[in-house]
Amino acid sequence: MQSEVMFAGFGGQGILLSAKILAHAGMEQGFEVGWIPSYGPEMRGGTAYCTVVIADKPIGSPIIRNPKHLVAMNRPSLEKFAPVVKPGGVILINSSLISIGSNRPDVDELAIPVNDIATAAGSLKSANIVALAAFVARSGIVDNEILRECIREEFAAKAKLIPLNMKAFDEGVKAAQKK
Amino acid sequence: MRKVLMKGNEAIGEAAIRAGCLNYFAYPITPQSEVAEYLSKRMPEVNGVFLQGESEVAVGYMIFGAAACGARVMTTSSSPGISLMSEAISYIAGAECPAVFVNIMRGGPGLGGILPSQADYLQATKGGGHGDYRLLVMAPASVQEAVEMVMQAFPLAEKYRNPIMILGDGLIGQMMEPVVFPDDLKTEPGNKNDWATNGMDFRGSDKRNLVRSLYLDPEVLNAQNLKLKAKYEQMKREEIRYESYKTDTDYQVLIVSYGTMSRVCKTAIDNLLEEGIRVALIRPQTLFPFPEAAIRQAASAKSCRVVMSIEMSMGQMLEDVDRSVQGRLPVEWYGKCGGDVPTPEEVADSVKSFLQKYSKE
Repeated sequence: MQSEVMFAGFGGQGILLSAKILAHAGMEQGFEVGWIPSYGPEMRGGTAYCTVVIADKPIGSPIIRNPKHLVAMNRPSLEKFAPVVKPGGVILINSSLISIGSNRPDVDELAIPVNDIATAAGSLKSANIVALAAFVARSGIVDNEILRECIREEFAAKAKLIPLNMKAFDEGVKAAQKK
Repeated sequence: MRKVLMKGNEAIGEAAIRAGCLNYFAYPITPQSEVAEYLSKRMPEVNGVFLQGESEVAVGYMIFGAAACGARVMTTSSSPGISLMSEAISYIAGAECPAVFVNIMRGGPGLGGILPSQADYLQATKGGGHGDYRLLVMAPASVQEAVEMVMQAFPLAEKYRNPIMILGDGLIGQMMEPVVFPDDLKTEPGNKNDWATNGMDFRGSDKRNLVRSLYLDPEVLNAQNLKLKAKYEQMKREEIRYESYKTDTDYQVLIVSYGTMSRVCKTAIDNLLEEGIRVALIRPQTLFPFPEAAIRQAASAKSCRVVMSIEMSMGQMLEDVDRSVQGRLPVEWYGKCGGDVPTPEEVADSVKSFLQKYSKE
């Protein structure tokens, strides 16, 4: 078993961080994991993407052209990567910023107004956590509770942000269940 | 020891500290700047020295100076920076001081690009700097292996009193993977009194230690070169390391590949096996000394039709693979070096086309 998740969006949307938290949760659950960033000349406002690989055996190629799942935080990311997702995967669309669908009848498409939910939960900055929680709740790629603990641990040094991110997590899970 | 998720560059920095290296001098360059970023924070915590030099040329000689004093010392850089340090590396090898250099390779030549590459193979294994010297070159294929190699590099550098190079590609530096750190090295360079300029009184010796690479007397210089040669021959006897993958099958193709590229090859090999095509891999973990005998033996398998050197360079390792096979089989090359790491599918296509070519003959 091997699953790959591509996180993609604008630089500054917390793409690398949400991917890291997922990789951490995978590791805590006992899987082999890899976190592979695109480290081209990206910058704030540019595109950023990152792939997380979760497997039950040592990971071979870290180069993934066809991920199983996609979390698209902006429209250019969806347009670029939706066509390469493997059939049967989950495509999470941040419908706050993306007005189109994936045009992929062979995947599990999940449109969630991630930015709006994050803003309502207290801060737009937690949009990446809303998306991560919704994606994990839908795909079941790692255990929800382990993920929750990993989010808490990630913000351990900035404890005042933990309640906000816990709320973002809960709202993300709830949004995925509604659909 | 607890498993932690770490970026390759940061894990390399942590490994150096755990190996007892308290001196790190560097100049930033993508894709390895996180090593310096990490150690600028960590070195002061362990009373070590972090120093950003004014250039890679200066850093090379700071390394020489610290090594001459008997300190464990490391620098990290990427391709163009290593070129600038190469003069100092030659001096350090000539003066027989131990030091660890990490090259997280990016595309070249010139400024090239910032994405992963393996195009410094020849520079690392055949020279870079001037004169008859060699580096012991280790090539990790995962963050875990990078950590282990960095920690092993210091005692090896001291054993041979020679610089060691860890040759990783940009992905090894940038990827995050789980890491379990080996036990901390409790040792000091045990033999440092053999060369260190730490004071005759301090070491209770009546022998002066003079760190130099200048030998104007031709006979003395020849003797020095013979002494160095004997060390490199000893490395060939004692330090060769490689991993074999699927070599216990009736493989039709033998791949030689290292670093990140070897992992892509493993996935390609697994996928090809599902199509009934049997391929084996030898992954050199040391590039100098090179696992010549293992490759030669693997190329002697009756079922094998062709040997391939698959590398993110334009046929640099191919020369060593060809030399190892000694004409027993055709040796072919596949690779890319713009920064796009070949995919398992591209590797598989290349394997299939060469297998077809040599199955007809």
